[in-house]
Amino acid sequence: VCIHRVRSCSSIRFIKSKYVCVFDKSALKFSHQQRLFRTSAVSCGQIVQFKLSDIGEGITEVTVKEWYVKEGDSVSQFDSICEVQSDKASVTITSRYDGVIRKLHYSIDEIAFVGKPLVDIEIDASKGVAPEEDVVETPPMSHEEHTHQEIKGHKTLATPAVRRLAMENNIKLSEVVGTGKDNRILKEDILNYLAKQTGAILPPSPKAEIIPPLRKTETVPAAPKDKARKIPVPVSRPIAFSGKDKTEPVTGFQKAMVKTMSAALKIPHFGYCDEIDLTQLVQLREELKPLAEIRGVKLSFMPFFIKAASLGLLQYPILNASLDENCQNVTYKASHNIGVAMDTEQGLIVPNVKNVQVCSVFDIASELNRLQSLGSAGQLGTSDLTGGTFTLSNIGTIGGTYAKPVILPPEVAIGALGKIQVLPRFNGKGEVFKAQIMNVSWSADHRIIDGATMARFSNLWKSYLESPASMLLDLK
Amino acid sequence: MVLQSSLKNWLWLYCILRTPKACFRSTASGGLIIQSISNDVYQNLAVEDWIHDHMDLEKRQVLFLWRNSPAVVIGRHQNPWQECNLRLLRQKNIKLARRRSGGGTVYHDLGNINLTFFTTRKKYERMENLKLVVKALKALRPQLDVHVTDRYDILLDRQYKISGTAAKLGRTSAYHHCTLLCNADKFVLSSVLKSPYKGLKSNATPSVPASVKNLFEEDPSLTSEMLLDAIAKEYAKQHQIDHHITLINPADETLLPGINNKTKELQTWEWVYGKTPKFSISTFLNMAYKDSVLDVQVNMDVKHGRIEVCNIDLPEQWLPPGLYSKLVKSLTGSKFCPNETTMLVTTLLRTCPQDDELHGRWSLLCENMIMLM
Repeated sequence: VCIHRVRSCSSIRFIKSKYVCVFDKSALKFSHQQRLFRTSAVSCGQIVQFKLSDIGEGITEVTVKEWYVKEGDSVSQFDSICEVQSDKASVTITSRYDGVIRKLHYSIDEIAFVGKPLVDIEIDASKGVAPEEDVVETPPMSHEEHTHQEIKGHKTLATPAVRRLAMENNIKLSEVVGTGKDNRILKEDILNYLAKQTGAILPPSPKAEIIPPLRKTETVPAAPKDKARKIPVPVSRPIAFSGKDKTEPVTGFQKAMVKTMSAALKIPHFGYCDEIDLTQLVQLREELKPLAEIRGVKLSFMPFFIKAASLGLLQYPILNASLDENCQNVTYKASHNIGVAMDTEQGLIVPNVKNVQVCSVFDIASELNRLQSLGSAGQLGTSDLTGGTFTLSNIGTIGGTYAKPVILPPEVAIGALGKIQVLPRFNGKGEVFKAQIMNVSWSADHRIIDGATMARFSNLWKSYLESPASMLLDLK
Repeated sequence: MVLQSSLKNWLWLYCILRTPKACFRSTASGGLIIQSISNDVYQNLAVEDWIHDHMDLEKRQVLFLWRNSPAVVIGRHQNPWQECNLRLLRQKNIKLARRRSGGGTVYHDLGNINLTFFTTRKKYERMENLKLVVKALKALRPQLDVHVTDRYDILLDRQYKISGTAAKLGRTSAYHHCTLLCNADKFVLSSVLKSPYKGLKSNATPSVPASVKNLFEEDPSLTSEMLLDAIAKEYAKQHQIDHHITLINPADETLLPGINNKTKELQTWEWVYGKTPKFSISTFLNMAYKDSVLDVQVNMDVKHGRIEVCNIDLPEQWLPPGLYSKLVKSLTGSKFCPNETTMLVTTLLRTCPQDDELHGRWSLLCENMIMLM
């Protein structure tokens, strides 16, 4: 019985390969039925030892610096396998075959020898790629590739796997647009070509599947006929989409933000919003901008917002406080270290301007310039980023009107400023005039701050900004 | 020497870069000399990548001439922390780039010229290229004592290194590039190429420090332009082509499709820092706290530029254990980067107990940790 099975197995064995998956005759006697099945069913592709080819200049050994593949990975011809280094030269070793990596002969930093095996690749036997002798680069094929590069319709570049795919689908390679290197045709190009040609190639049966089962069977054959008489309607086919989901771990700064935001949402927030007429402030800033520039400072609206907030905090110090972990004590902070939310490449950072209560608007503007340039260079220090007591977020520079800002612990309040819009408003005489309107959205910790306090602070802040001259009265 | 950048020239270059046969100037067969109009190290490195990946060098070899505004360029398999003073680089706004070729670290500024010799892999021959450079220099100034060593350096007066070499080999093409010191700022060079980081252990390719000298010091009448011209002339002679340098704009996407992506990739943190081979740090932090100085041992493993393992040997209870483990857990997996770490630790502080003493210790420790990066 055993012998009989052997014969039938040998008839379906891999005729083309030079390397043979060996059945030892002695093994046959003891071999299990299952074992025979397994060896014949598994695509025992030939394992080819891909040797490290000549680097040139008489170099015999190199150091393996980086592997681009690992055991079990599939590779296509010309894919990069590893990077080796020899005497100031970095060499990219590419695969000569399509197949699966079965063994890496060296680990990182080991010395590899020219002419010795670098990796073992298992080639699918049915593809019939004969392993070549160790050849010095460049293989003759590339010369042909280049000669025929511009001639369309003649020799086109494609790996054996791609050619097979095209052949199986009756596609002429000359009709496919190659998007790979040197206009090489890739598998994706064949798939895209197929997607466009679905009318001719895919079988018509899917149409029948789309028709709902409730319809009577007589109408089923009628439908295709109708379609033939009607103006052809483009049928939406499943488009070959080769995108893959990408999962990344949450690390570093992002992870820290997760912790902060989770803690922040434990704070019972309440919101309060309002609209500020900045017409007068806009004018004032226009006057003061050139003066600041002469002193080398860029003056935006933020210094005014920040100073007005500090003046407000002097009247309502609870907004510049901190509640301890057990909600036992409230600490009223003496310094007004007002944080300014900044959007950088890495994410949201909030550096703060220290002691705004003793700073002039110009001081604040100058400090903001410093923080902004450090922020964009990614060079803010720890002291710039800690010690904040109150935060303003000028999301309006990006866009938006009203927002729902999240308080940054250990603070108890935050304000989000929308964009300045030119809107029609009524003045005291009932006339319509052009007003520069900005919206503000405050959030505060409802455990220690009540709505009335927030509203009064906001009104005070608003009054300073709507008539900037009033700030002069209270400036210290 | 003819320098042209007219539209006709652009079209000609466009054809050259694509179809090696369709050139209507027979004088350009066999070789091509191009010079970058940009001084941005990333753009110029991207041009090298582009030519290496896309040009057919069988019929025509290429010489690429370029100069960069201040930058430190490390080799493919090197460790930037080991090679240069990253703090100083950041302060002085000097760029850091990792090239794709091997070799050691160099400092570039406008007083240094870079030469890249592109050939097919078969024709890769560094010694010939360097001999060409030496020949050009001698033709320009016969009294110059310059020669090529077997380490592929060019030495002036038998002692001073004026040129370093590196190379990249691909499947079908290869390039060999080298620097040439004309009038670079030696003071900045020596200060940025000195690493202040202690306790690093790594298998990354180390640089071999050498005494350097500018050609300008030997002969003040020499300028970068003269040297570029002399080398181009010699190259043209040896390849039997016109002595003609074509200007190339590394931002020209139509001429070099895909170049902007290559430029961007070279600037990513993942490439510049993330490609550092695995290394470990074992060092001491000297923290002055109140009236004493603490010696705190720190051990870290960094892989792909990220902290894999972190151990800080603090005195017991100096930081509440919960806080210490919070710090270590957050640092693990995070980039070995001062900015990332600063943002991380300051954000973490928001969810720590509000205690001035505690905050003081935390800030002190974190600032010292950041100094390691």
